[in-house]
Amino acid sequence: MADETKSNPIGQVLASVIVAAMVGIAIYGAFLWAPNEKTMGFLQRIFYFHAASGEVMILAFCVVFIGNVGYLIRRKPQWDWLATSGVEVGLMFNTISLVTGPIWAKPAWGIWWDWDARLTSTFVLWVLYVSYLLLRRLIENPERRAVISSVFGIFAFLDVPLVYFSIWWWRTQHPPPLIFKSGGLSPQMLQVFLFSMAALSALMILMVWQRYELESLRHIVEELQVESEYRNQGGAK
Amino acid sequence: MNRSAQTAGLMRSTFTVFSKELRVEFRSFELLTSTIVFALIVVFVFSFAFNPSPADSRRFGAGFLWIALLFASSLMLQPSFTRERTNDTLAALVLAPIDPFAIIAGKLLANFFFLVLTELILLPAFSVLYDVPLLGVAGQLAGVMLLGTFGTATVGTVFAAIASQARMRELLLPLLLLPALVPLLIASTGATMGLLADSPELATSWLAVMACYDLVFFTAAWLFGGYLLEE
Repeated sequence: MADETKSNPIGQVLASVIVAAMVGIAIYGAFLWAPNEKTMGFLQRIFYFHAASGEVMILAFCVVFIGNVGYLIRRKPQWDWLATSGVEVGLMFNTISLVTGPIWAKPAWGIWWDWDARLTSTFVLWVLYVSYLLLRRLIENPERRAVISSVFGIFAFLDVPLVYFSIWWWRTQHPPPLIFKSGGLSPQMLQVFLFSMAALSALMILMVWQRYELESLRHIVEELQVESEYRNQGGAK
Repeated sequence: MNRSAQTAGLMRSTFTVFSKELRVEFRSFELLTSTIVFALIVVFVFSFAFNPSPADSRRFGAGFLWIALLFASSLMLQPSFTRERTNDTLAALVLAPIDPFAIIAGKLLANFFFLVLTELILLPAFSVLYDVPLLGVAGQLAGVMLLGTFGTATVGTVFAAIASQARMRELLLPLLLLPALVPLLIASTGATMGLLADSPELATSWLAVMACYDLVFFTAAWLFGGYLLEE
């Protein structure tokens, strides 16, 4: 049984150290190395994490979509594990971008929240994937859970572009976010931004991987439980 | 079997499921009466909450109308699968030698039909209560209502099949459904608001969004809906 897991402790530790170092460098770059922005000043530095976690969130939800479609085609539980792991990690980055957004928006725009396309669709995404997790908790049978949440996940993913464009048309009078307006970023800023995106993507991949391993361990535990119950019943007779 | 025979078979079995749904409902009218009454109550309650002047009604009426419809539909769509559970009749339907999509499609059409009936009663009542004349734009409004209702019925039927297999299913359906209907709500209120304005105008871009939504999710239901029914 135990040899079913291809867990690789040294590789995991090494990957964790590398990712931690990358995130550390990104923090250093964002707070100390990158120059202050002209109009927004120090405040603009949150953008290195805010925008990057938004992008990483989209990557994670793409992983979920791949897992969902993969499960419906191949019917291997591994695809379902991938999808759940992606949802949890994606939701974390989603929450980060939803929380850091208002922190930046209040001083920059003067309001915490604005119903523009990006903000609103990020929020709808959050609601959809939270209900995805909720749905999973409410279905007992693992196979049914995998099938049903896969179908829901596909519907949720298809909804996202529709949400984005409908809100975009609904609020065309609203000015777009001002980030790239002032003649783009200085080369140093761009480097920090790209690096922090890479660091957060690596963090996402590491977390999805860890979560996937956890799910496979859970699967083994469940199988062992069933097996031991079966043996106990056999012993009683 | 060639493709056209397959399509004909699918349409025939869809129609069978559709007429079965109608027959079940028209024996008791339970679902329709409670949905219609609920939608009327919501529209009614809005007038206490907002106390709108006629000008307000023209501006916000579209929103009242669609919120009432969405709430009513999240309530109404639930039984289309849960009432099969009592006697486990869904298993019998699934065992029938038909394409599983026919079951989804038949229920979808029945739900669409029930929602249209609800609107036929809701709209005149809304027009009278809020003093919003609708007769002049009846044709265009019908187009908007049909597109919006079809999208609601499509996603709603699939999500009702999803929710019916979970615990706390009554609570779950609105939770899953309402965020997924956001694009449709934006487009349908946008289009309806244009029609209720002093100089009525139909925004074709909203119609395009609704048609796009309907098309995307009907295709998704066709491709993936059958998976929900396997045992």
